[in-house]
Amino acid sequence: MAEGSNLEHLIEREYKAGFVTDVEQESLPPGLSEGVIREISRKKGEPDFMLEWRLQAYRHWLTLREPTWAHVHYPPVDFQAISYFSQPRKDKDRPKSLDEVDPKLLETYEKLGIPLREREMLAGVAVDAVFDSVSIGTTYKAKLAELGIIFCSFSEAVREHPELVRKYLGTVVPQSDNFYAALNSAVFSDGSFVYVPKGVRCPMELSTYFRINAANTGQFERTLIIADEGAQVSYLEGCTAPRRDENQLHAAVVELVALDNAKIKYSTVQNWYPGDEEGRGGIYNFVTKRGVCRGANSHISWTQVETGSAITWKYPSVILQGDNSVGEFYSVALTNNYQQADTGTKMVHIGRNTRSTIISKGISAGHGQNAYRGLVKVLKSAQGARNFTQCDSLLFGNRCGAHTFPYIEVKNRSAQVEHEATTSKISEDQLFYCMQRGLSREDAVSLIVNGFCKAVFKELPMEFAVEAQKLLGVSLEGAVG
Amino acid sequence: MSDKQTSGDMLLKIRNLSAETGGVRILKGINLELRAGEVHVIMGPNGSGKSTLSQVLAGRDSYQVSADEFSFAGHDLRGMSPEERAREGIFLAFQYPVEIPGVSTVNLLKESLNAIRKHRGEQPMDAMDFLTMVKKKIKLVDMSEEFLYRSVNEAFSGGEKKRSEILQMAVLEPCLAILDETDSGLDVDALRLLADGVNRLRGPGRSFLVITHYQRLLEYIEPDHVHILAGGRIAKSGGRELALEIEREGFAAYERGADAKKAGSSRAG
Amino acid sequence: MSTVIDRSQADFHRLAGFLPGHQTPWIADLRARALARFAEQGYPTPREEAWKYTDLAPLAGKHFQPLATRDEVVARVAIDDYVLDPQWPRLVFIDGYHVPALSMLPAGVSLAPLAEVLAQSPDTIKPLFTASDEARGFAALNTAFMSDGLCLRLTPNVVLEQPIHFIHIAHGGARPAASYLRHLVLAGRGSRATLIEHYVGEGADAKAGALTSTMTQCVLEEGAALEHYQLNEQGLSVYHFSSVHVHQSRGSRYVSHNVQAGARIARSDLHAVLAEPGAQCVMNGLYFGRGRQIVDNCTFIDHQAPHCSSRQIYRGVLDGESRGVFNGHVMVRQDAQHTDAQQMNSNLLLSDDAEADARPQLTINADDVKCSHGATVGQLNEDALFYLRARGVAAERARAMLVQAFAADIVSHMSAERVRMHLDALIAARLGR
Repeated sequence: MAEGSNLEHLIEREYKAGFVTDVEQESLPPGLSEGVIREISRKKGEPDFMLEWRLQAYRHWLTLREPTWAHVHYPPVDFQAISYFSQPRKDKDRPKSLDEVDPKLLETYEKLGIPLREREMLAGVAVDAVFDSVSIGTTYKAKLAELGIIFCSFSEAVREHPELVRKYLGTVVPQSDNFYAALNSAVFSDGSFVYVPKGVRCPMELSTYFRINAANTGQFERTLIIADEGAQVSYLEGCTAPRRDENQLHAAVVELVALDNAKIKYSTVQNWYPGDEEGRGGIYNFVTKRGVCRGANSHISWTQVETGSAITWKYPSVILQGDNSVGEFYSVALTNNYQQADTGTKMVHIGRNTRSTIISKGISAGHGQNAYRGLVKVLKSAQGARNFTQCDSLLFGNRCGAHTFPYIEVKNRSAQVEHEATTSKISEDQLFYCMQRGLSREDAVSLIVNGFCKAVFKELPMEFAVEAQKLLGVSLEGAVG
Repeated sequence: MSDKQTSGDMLLKIRNLSAETGGVRILKGINLELRAGEVHVIMGPNGSGKSTLSQVLAGRDSYQVSADEFSFAGHDLRGMSPEERAREGIFLAFQYPVEIPGVSTVNLLKESLNAIRKHRGEQPMDAMDFLTMVKKKIKLVDMSEEFLYRSVNEAFSGGEKKRSEILQMAVLEPCLAILDETDSGLDVDALRLLADGVNRLRGPGRSFLVITHYQRLLEYIEPDHVHILAGGRIAKSGGRELALEIEREGFAAYERGADAKKAGSSRAG
Repeated sequence: MSTVIDRSQADFHRLAGFLPGHQTPWIADLRARALARFAEQGYPTPREEAWKYTDLAPLAGKHFQPLATRDEVVARVAIDDYVLDPQWPRLVFIDGYHVPALSMLPAGVSLAPLAEVLAQSPDTIKPLFTASDEARGFAALNTAFMSDGLCLRLTPNVVLEQPIHFIHIAHGGARPAASYLRHLVLAGRGSRATLIEHYVGEGADAKAGALTSTMTQCVLEEGAALEHYQLNEQGLSVYHFSSVHVHQSRGSRYVSHNVQAGARIARSDLHAVLAEPGAQCVMNGLYFGRGRQIVDNCTFIDHQAPHCSSRQIYRGVLDGESRGVFNGHVMVRQDAQHTDAQQMNSNLLLSDDAEADARPQLTINADDVKCSHGATVGQLNEDALFYLRARGVAAERARAMLVQAFAADIVSHMSAERVRMHLDALIAARLGR
């Protein structure tokens, strides 16, 4: 930024979700072994196939090494120092309804702006709330059930709908996919499960709110969404965690399956605790998200706003298998202070006339490091495939970094693939223009940054878009002089 | 004026021509005969298949074509590549001339003229003679010589693209020039220039198929025949008076009569 | 892999006493260290990011032997086809060694075969050998075995009017030959020159093939300007590995025209360091693939100082079952404010079995910069093809015209007209006139 401008005065950044909820927790002691996995499975009352599946993943995980190719740097994670299961003690006997949920937990979500009581809810959003390792309640279940839509915690799905879980689990992200996916497959605790039957358009937004509360725990949730033929669903997830000086690991897996003519829209506002301005603490967000457009004319769209976490490592991807299927990835990733993000997508074109669009906006401030990493792969079978990619980076200050690492692999000559990327900073001319029109410097920056991100924000459901804009404002505070 | 000209030999003969693309039938049995020296005008509403007809005449392979007869100067057009048709003397002034970065207009003209001359058994034109000829002709379309060295149609304005098409027509001197809405989007001066170009080239050995949406070009070019194309068929044929009728009453009568008007998308119009 | 290493070590023991500069301890040490580094890993493998798309497995079974001395060179080679302009000073090399009878050295310029300099006055060029020479892989192998090359030293403000044409012919005689060439260019303050590196030849025969490894070190002092062509037209049985390191001082200008149109595997590395303010770097690349060729371009532009600019345009035309790779990295260091860097890669796929892989990369650590990159993969424009055909141009010719037009973005930037004509002819010949 311009010399002489007051760069530092807003540096102290407020992480508004940094409080700790004081509930009695029941956790497994730290460490990972077959015994721990058996214990997790036992606590959750899982059928045998699930335990076997976990153990298989664990044995494979033991043969893997942590990946080091991403543009992120951190001390090695001690996987034996993490507790792999934690739940509020009172929750042990599982609440039958939201009324039985510990009022302190409900309060937590109220504070986060996520009301779980249906009568107080924003109309048209059903919420599954995951607190540390377990789901503490899902709203609007009955109403959705009338349409045949299953929306419940993953644990419940394993017990109540084992045939669906068995049919689809691991078919998009195999246990052996990568280091963190294997770890997740072995120890995943809870998450959300959605099944939308043939021809049904889900009438409301489905939403999961993830909260890490306990110290020294890892969160390993698993989400599986299936849109059967002609079905449509829009799903949102939000994430927060308390402010702690230690780094905590979050290694989730999300699998999406879209059959013929189905459409899944998956939106994320990720605001895990990012660490303090010295880079202490914060969540390591190592996530594997992938969707498969299995059917013809199917459509999967990822939208993400990543403002939290000390380190983000995630590549929500789409396998475009069905003819005429469409994959989209819209991303805003912001790194301030010492945050690091290495994020992007993979679009794998297999079917004919498959199309993909990638819009990525990276914002780097402070000492933040922000990398876009993306793969566009057009296989020989993908006659007429199209991809358009636009990656833009915005830098604040000269201690941060913005990096672009696309991989483009094309084996079909009828394909058209285009990638564009730019890097810029907010110009003094733009700021001056806005300020001359009466805006404060902060408001001018906010205006310009929101304009920069507009192509992504317009993909978010309305309530989320507003939240995302606010979040961006908060996250950038102090970055601008 | 038509009575002043004696009609020459049969040049283009079309009987029951149909064309479809992407499973949509756009031309549904066109009949048309055009003799050497004649000027035919084809008018029609958007989506009637006017541009499809011009593309099919030039040999665009994205259409499946069937006909009882489809011949040009005695050659069956079916099975002839676009370049063979061009060398036989069919010239299409494109409605939307494509930009070809890196290929200069003068280079295109030279390649094109020499390919046509070779086809006729003539020697390639001497480079100096060629340049002199082209520079003479470019004056006719009121363009600066600098255009010759710019890439084909690249960053040309709409009017410049049309002029460039007329220049190419003037240089290549075809037997049959198809003007696909070359008049649309032109101001009065440019329109007059276009008409001058056509009238100057008119003669016993050269025919024109003028495709247009408006009759205003006909104030400058005297047609021998006017055809109304609607719904993929020639709905009516006549003389200049037919164009005036359209001017007064529009295409509504033909659009109502035409079945499956949507068959030709606006793109095909 | 071990066999490649074993063979290299055996070759080295056999040849060490013959290679130029063997009497000079620091050169002998440099070679020995480099060989040791090579022996650690052998040839690079696709497990390395920089070699992700090029598998050298087909090389493992082949033994390309360097010639021990110039005397082994078979000098009866007609060079008329390769001479772009008879007026240009030229140095002709065969299988790694200079052939004075075919060369034409200019007067008044410090231009000599490297072997001569290594033998007679090695210490004058010692500073031009840097740590990267012994790094590993082909750089290490090249350093261990370098037999000859071109050593060009331009005194301050000297301006060479004519390009210097370096021609290397992979000939091979009776057996598969390996050539390890090393070029040094020191462009003194304010000097200007054009260097054309030209690689041709088929090797001993199509079955045996040949290996050509070449490394060029360019140092541009303040205000110096170098236009540097690399034309690879080697036969389809040749394995071609070239790498260029450029170090640029204040206000210098380096322009690269890199044309890869030959060899079974052609790998070109281009590494430029913009070390001082005001340096300009231009990298134009044009690559053609046919048959089962692999053409792999790897570039790295390191912006270390403020107010520098780089422009990079790489275009690929891929036919047959060929694979074209562009792996270009632009790094902007923290101090390199006001960097202006642009990078663009475009590919044309002409056949159903060709493949294009593009990896344009930006690493930006300064905020007041103008950086952009782009990549496209597509085919010839069908509308343009139809337009040309509707004007009477035959389909084949129309395709050639469009490919020439596609290449024109690179070719038109070349100031040597003879090279432009040569390339237009090459494209026309490739695509059928």
